[in-house]
Amino acid sequence: MAEATAPKPSSSVKLVLLGEAAVGKSSLVLRFVNNDFQENKEPTIGAAFLTQKCNLPTRTIKFEIWDTAGQERFASLAPMYYRNAQSALVVYDLTKPTSLIKAKHWVAELQRQASPGIVIALVGNKLDLTNEPSSSSNALGEDGDGEAADGEDADGDARKVSTAEAKSYAEEEGLLFFETSAKLGTNVTEVFTAIANAIPETSLKGARGPGAASGTTGRAEDQSRVNLTGPRDNASKEGCAC
Amino acid sequence: MTGDRGNDAAEGAEDTRAASSGSTVRTGDHDGEDEQRPPLPPRPSLLQIDLATAPSASPKRPSLQAKPTTAISSVDIQTLSFPDGTRGTFSTPASRSVSESVSVSGASGGQSTPSRKGRNGSEFDDATSLMSYAPTLRANGDLASLLDEELSSQSPAWKLLSSQAESVNPFEKVDYEALSLVNFDHEFDEIEAVDQKGGNEEEVLLQWKSKLKHYLILSSAGKPIYSRHGDQNLINGYIGIIQTIISFFQGAKDPLMGFTAGKTRFVVSTDGPLYFVAISRLGESDAQLRAQLEALYMQILSTLTLPTLMQLFTNRPNTDLRRPLEGTETLLSSLADTFTRGSPSALLSALECLKIRKSQRHVINNTLLKARTEKLLYGLIVAGGRLVSVVRPKRHSLHPSDLQLIFNMLFEAGSVKAGGGENWIPVCLPGFNNRGYLYMYRPSTAHSTSREDEIAILLISADKESFFELKQMRDDVVKQLEKNGSMDIIKTAVREGRPSTTDVVPGTQLKHFLYKSRANVQFAMPSFLPHFGSLLARRRLMTLYHNLHASTHAKHSHLKVLHCVNRDSVSLAWTTPVFEFYCIAGPNASRSALAQGANKVVQWMKREEERVFIIGGAVF
Repeated sequence: MAEATAPKPSSSVKLVLLGEAAVGKSSLVLRFVNNDFQENKEPTIGAAFLTQKCNLPTRTIKFEIWDTAGQERFASLAPMYYRNAQSALVVYDLTKPTSLIKAKHWVAELQRQASPGIVIALVGNKLDLTNEPSSSSNALGEDGDGEAADGEDADGDARKVSTAEAKSYAEEEGLLFFETSAKLGTNVTEVFTAIANAIPETSLKGARGPGAASGTTGRAEDQSRVNLTGPRDNASKEGCAC
Repeated sequence: MTGDRGNDAAEGAEDTRAASSGSTVRTGDHDGEDEQRPPLPPRPSLLQIDLATAPSASPKRPSLQAKPTTAISSVDIQTLSFPDGTRGTFSTPASRSVSESVSVSGASGGQSTPSRKGRNGSEFDDATSLMSYAPTLRANGDLASLLDEELSSQSPAWKLLSSQAESVNPFEKVDYEALSLVNFDHEFDEIEAVDQKGGNEEEVLLQWKSKLKHYLILSSAGKPIYSRHGDQNLINGYIGIIQTIISFFQGAKDPLMGFTAGKTRFVVSTDGPLYFVAISRLGESDAQLRAQLEALYMQILSTLTLPTLMQLFTNRPNTDLRRPLEGTETLLSSLADTFTRGSPSALLSALECLKIRKSQRHVINNTLLKARTEKLLYGLIVAGGRLVSVVRPKRHSLHPSDLQLIFNMLFEAGSVKAGGGENWIPVCLPGFNNRGYLYMYRPSTAHSTSREDEIAILLISADKESFFELKQMRDDVVKQLEKNGSMDIIKTAVREGRPSTTDVVPGTQLKHFLYKSRANVQFAMPSFLPHFGSLLARRRLMTLYHNLHASTHAKHSHLKVLHCVNRDSVSLAWTTPVFEFYCIAGPNASRSALAQGANKVVQWMKREEERVFIIGGAVF
C-alpha cells in the first residue's frame, strides 16, 4: 500500500456530497479525483464511491467520498451516506437561488442527524458562469465580491446568489465556505484541503484497517463490516485490472 | 416478394415440372444450375415415405440433407389455410390462384406475407434435420409451380442475370421501399429548442415531424411526462390532443388500442394512471410496439416502484411525474433509441451470451459461487455487452426485461459510466419484484474505454447497506478470475467478437441470422459486420426481422416457416417449440441455399449449445 511507505501518518475520512440535482457535485469530485471535467454530464444514479488522497504538511488524508444523486427520490437514502461521515460538502449552484435553499435544508439535516462534529463545507459551484475574474472570489472571498457581483447582472452575469448572502449564512452556521468552478478547476482542491485541515486530529483514526476499528465512535459502530474488509480491500484494489 | 411453404421448392421450370409430377425427388444443389440439371430420379411413393423415418431414408440421399425444414405432413395439408381465410390443399386450382394473389400483393406492399405452413415434424427437424416427406414434396411442387409463374413473369434476361450474381448482398441496391428511411441517419439528432422570440417554430416542427419514431408518455390527467423528441413547448399541444382522444374512448368503455394515419401507426397502451403512445413509421407490429411501451413502463417502475407510482397518483391525480422521474429521461431515451435502432434482444425478449467453452464457464460460475456473500441476490458478469455468467438463488431466475433495464442503465445511458468511481444504485427490477428496490454494486469502469471491451461484474443485493460486502466480493472474484485464467479467456472471447456467418457455416450465403433458444430465453447472432455495419443497413435488417417475427407471432398464426423474397433480400423465419430462427441472404440466393444455411446454423447451434448459451448458470 502506498500509505504504508509514506512517512507521514495517514488516515481515512468519510466525506459525503449533498445538494440539489445538477449543481455539479459529481463534477467537483471528478475534478478533485481525476482533474477532469465533462460537459453535459449525465445525472448520477444512486451514489458513487470514490477515494482520493490529500497531502497535508503533517499527514495524509484519504478521502472516502460518497457522491450522492441530487434528485428528490434519492433523498431517503441520504442518511445511509452521511451517517458517520466526518465531513460533508453541501453544494449549491450560484446561478440558481433555489439550490441554496435546498443546501440549507441539507445543512440543517446534517446538523440534526449526522455525527456531532461533522465538518461541513458550503460550496457555491459554477463560478465560471459569472463575469468576475475567478481570482477575486477565492476561498472565503472578500465581502465586497458579493455586492459587486449583484451589479454585474447587466453584463450577462448568470450569478443569482451573492457571495455575501451565502457567506454570511455559512458563518452563522459555522460552515466552511467556498465558491468554485469545477469546469475551470477554481478552488476545487482548496475545498478538500480546507476540509482535511479542519478535521480535528482527535477524530482521525490511524491507518486503515485495525486503526479504523478504534477510530471515531460512529465509525466503529455502524461499519464494522467495512472495517473487517478494509485491509484486503486496499490490496485487491491495486491488483485489480478492470 | 412471396410467401412459400417449401424450402425444397424449385427455382426453375424443370424442377417444378418434376416436383409437381409427384413422382420424383430432386437431387443436387440447384444454385443457379437449374437449366443444366440432369433428369431427376423417380420419387419414392407416398406410402413408402410415410412409413419411412428420417434416419433410415437419409443415407440413400445425402443430397437431401438440407431440405427438410419445411416438411409438411399430410395431416397438415388438410389444415392449411391462407391469411384471407380460405382453406384447402395446394393441389386445387382454386388455392393456386389464391396463393398467387397473395404473392402479388406481397410484392407490391413490400411487407412479408404470412403464408400458412403446416407444422413441421419437429422431432425430425430438430433432431435429425435430414429428410423430406413425400407430401411435402408434392405440396412444394405445386407451390413451386405457382412461384414459377411469378418468376417467369420476369424476363429471361433477368433470370440469367440473377443466376450469375448469387453473391449480391442484402440491401445493396437502394430500394424504393427504403426511401421512408431516408432520414434515418438524422433520427437521433437533437431537435432545436423553440426560440422564444419565434421565427424558428415552423422549422422545429418540421424537424419534429420528420422523426420516424416518437414515444410519448402522459398521465391520465393529461400531464406530459416524457417525449423522446421535442421540448415541452412543442409537444404540449399534441399531448392535449392525444389525451382527449384516449379519454374519449376510455369513457366509452372501449379503450383505444391504436390507429393508423397514412403510413404512421399509433399504438396506445394504458398502465394504471399512465398513457403510453408509440408513433412509428418503421413498420413494427402493434404487439412489438406494445412491448416497447411496456419496456418504457418498466423503466419508470424501475425508478419509482409500483407502490410509489400508485401512491403519487392516488394522492394527487394530477401529479406531475416529471419531477419524481427527474434525471431518468436519458434512460428512457436510450431505451427508446435502442428500439428505434432495432435491438435483437428486445425483439426476441432474450439475452445474448458470450460464447466460451462449457468448462470455462463452469470455472467462472464456481468462482462466483465460492466468493458469494450472504447478501448477494444476483451476480452477473457482463463482457462486451454480453452475459458471461449468472449467479442466482435457486428460486429466482433473472427476467430478460430486468436485464434489459440493467444493460440499458449501465451500457447505453452514459450516466453511471461517466463519473468514474464505484456505484451503488437503487433499482427496482419489476420482473423480480415491482414493489421494492434492490441495490446494485457497479465497479469502477476507469480502465475500459468502451462498452465493447468492458468486463463488468455486477452484484445485486436486497440490502441497501451491503455496499462494502459486495465490493469485497467483487474484488475477490476479480482476483480469482485473474488467477485461474478466466479473465484472459473472457477478454479473448470479447476481442474475437461475434463470429461471421461464414465462420458458423463455411461458404453459406446467409448474411445474418438470429437464433433464439426458447428454453434458455437466450439468443445468438453473428456479427453485424460487414454487411450491416451502418445505422441504416442495420435498421433495414432489423425491420426485416421485425416483419418475420410479426408474421410468425401473429395471433392465431400457426405459421412455422416463412420464406420471404424481397427485391433486395431473401429471408427465412422458422419456429419450432425449441427455437426461433430468422435469417437473411442476398436477393439472388436460392431458396435451397437459404434453407441449407438455416439447417446448418441450427445444427451448429445444437452442437455448440452449451458454449453459446448459459444453461442453468450458477445456482445457490
